[in-house]
Amino acid sequence: MAKITIYFENIPYSVEDNLTILEAARVCGYNIPSLCTYKNGECSVASCRVCLVKVEGERRLVASCAYPVRDGLKVFINDPEAVVARRTSVELILSNHNMDCQTCRKNGQCELLEVAKRVGAEPNRYPGAKTEVTLDHLAPGLVRDTSKCVLCGRCIERCKNAQGIGILGFENRGFKTIVSPVANRSFSNVPCIQCGQCTLVCPTGALMENNEIYKLDKAFKEGKYVIVQTAPAVRAALGEEFGDPVGTDATGKMVAALRRLGFYRVFDTNFAADLTITEEASEFVKRVVDKVPGPMLTSCSPGWINYIEYYYPELLPHLSSCKSPHEMMGAIIKSYYAEKNGIDKDKICVVSIMPCVAKKYEKERPANSVDGVQDVDVVLTTRELAQLIKRSGMMWKKLPEEKFDNDLLGATTGAAVIFGVTGGVMEAAVRTAYNILTKKELEPIEFTAVRGLQGIKEASVTINGLTVNLAVCSGMKNAKAILESVKNGTCKYDFVEVMGCPGGCVNGGGQPYVANIFKPNEEDDIMDTYIQKRADVLYKSDENCEVRRSHLNPDVNKLYQDYLEAYGSHKAHEILHTEYNSNREKYPSDK
Amino acid sequence: MVLRKEAVNQIKEICARYKDEPSPLMLILSDTQKEYGYIPLEVQEVISGETGIPVSEIYGVVTFYSFFSLTPKGKYVIGCCVGTACYVKGGQNVLDKFGELLKIKPGETSEDGLFTLDALRCIGACGIAPAISINGKVYPKVALSAIPGIIAEYRKKAQEE
Repeated sequence: MAKITIYFENIPYSVEDNLTILEAARVCGYNIPSLCTYKNGECSVASCRVCLVKVEGERRLVASCAYPVRDGLKVFINDPEAVVARRTSVELILSNHNMDCQTCRKNGQCELLEVAKRVGAEPNRYPGAKTEVTLDHLAPGLVRDTSKCVLCGRCIERCKNAQGIGILGFENRGFKTIVSPVANRSFSNVPCIQCGQCTLVCPTGALMENNEIYKLDKAFKEGKYVIVQTAPAVRAALGEEFGDPVGTDATGKMVAALRRLGFYRVFDTNFAADLTITEEASEFVKRVVDKVPGPMLTSCSPGWINYIEYYYPELLPHLSSCKSPHEMMGAIIKSYYAEKNGIDKDKICVVSIMPCVAKKYEKERPANSVDGVQDVDVVLTTRELAQLIKRSGMMWKKLPEEKFDNDLLGATTGAAVIFGVTGGVMEAAVRTAYNILTKKELEPIEFTAVRGLQGIKEASVTINGLTVNLAVCSGMKNAKAILESVKNGTCKYDFVEVMGCPGGCVNGGGQPYVANIFKPNEEDDIMDTYIQKRADVLYKSDENCEVRRSHLNPDVNKLYQDYLEAYGSHKAHEILHTEYNSNREKYPSDK
Repeated sequence: MVLRKEAVNQIKEICARYKDEPSPLMLILSDTQKEYGYIPLEVQEVISGETGIPVSEIYGVVTFYSFFSLTPKGKYVIGCCVGTACYVKGGQNVLDKFGELLKIKPGETSEDGLFTLDALRCIGACGIAPAISINGKVYPKVALSAIPGIIAEYRKKAQEE
């Protein structure tokens, strides 16, 4: 990459020669407003015209997100014509926008509102007709409100290119154009996996998680035993909602906040992650011993479960039958924990705080209940928890550091906490599978071959002279490549970990939004580094744990002794395992 | 709706024609529209399966171009130009007259399946405005009084075939 000289407002700067004006501006210290670009040119269809600047020698203003820099280029961000043009672009977007900002859940994190403020837009400069509105509240995970859509196309790019699915697209033409699933259907009526990646990139409130806070309020009002559990990835990102730098471990404050919100017990989903590992690792060992054709695929990620059910139902026999950790936790709370404490399970409301929107859907699957009682009643995203904490009036920085409750389901290990990042489930499973097969412990404990944020990672481990080939992938585009190889018989792996979102749960669809415009105190490249920074929180937490192997979790072992009898026992299957649907219609014709 | 096997094979055959094209979608849709008459969602799913292009993207293209249709088109597609020149010369009246006589609105198809009425924006025949095009055949300077005759001509043609 060669360095060239370009000029902003006549001041020379030295930059790489492969950037757009918008990217170069950020490096040089100018934040040009933009809506359709997400990061580094990704998703730029140059449709919003909010980033117009003047370039010397160009007859017209240019969109800085789509204009490559060249040596000697002279850019004027504050040219009077450009200033007016940017404002007009925003005012035109606002002319077809739902203006109920006060009640919009995205308020405070809305890029459109922030950009409008910065360019000095007037709200009703161009009054007139508005495009017909569609509100989709049917899917458990996601809601879509076209009145807030600015047609930037970020969600389309994310769904099609990062996830390789392509549920969303532009529809119709001109003023009637909308972004929607095919034929303006609900997300629940198309093969959408409800991963929520689209919500992470939407600059406004057009795509959001389906809010369930009202269900929690109802459970409290009804006097239920409301028990909360939190997934590992939540603690790695929750602090961002309160101004903490990306990569801050929020475990202690999060637990303190949850306790002050009035939960009967505050548990760590990590307990159930350990349980998942003992079940899943023993399932894997059984498959190896029985010589069942591989690979075995992990089953912790509900977006991924949706994906394989919709797109590769013939490969479902490869999927582990284990429920995901929070479902296991719910099932154990409503059986073992309820019995030991003499609580009627119908009086318990299990709330899961998850980095995920697909879990909102997952909890409603009929197979995720025992005797007709749903394992988990309410799923809130990391973002919804932040909203809840803000609503309560608690001041984040004054919250103390507290620990999870530790009765019966309290012990957790380092193996569980890394579940929140791509490769973590595999690393945890290998630590335990090695022990089941050899009765010895894997050393060194860190299995670094499966760490890192690459889309597909490969490793192998030799256990008792047997070489086991492993693969780890995240993002459905990468899963697709592996599933295709399974389908055509070229797959060489024995065990594959799959997470629905690129980078794993730390970058889950329910995690805090990351946008340059709202992160003035982070370094320039935060969009490239935030996933790794969140992952580092979890790996550090693993290092700091005394017990780092799931099969050594004392409370899990007690649970097997007192209740479940053995790994993979009949009772364990009844409570901790689930079933899949190989018959899901992609485009049901009724709606 | 479940597609017949023959229909699925026909669409697959159309897709196969353009398998070496760098961007085959418009060509496939164009042939499908011509040979199948319309491009419903079920057909788009088959095209998606053959090409790997998401259904949402195909649907977007189908709803963008007025040449493509989600519902069956009539045997004769009457395109009335209401572009600037034709509009000034009374193109809207021509469109309304067809609608009145055929008892359909623009975009609809007559009950007998013979006629579909479309409003077009400029067909490049401004010199002979107001112009219409029926299945590609252009009629210049259409007078309102000529419209019943044009319709009768096609009714007769349909009977003879």
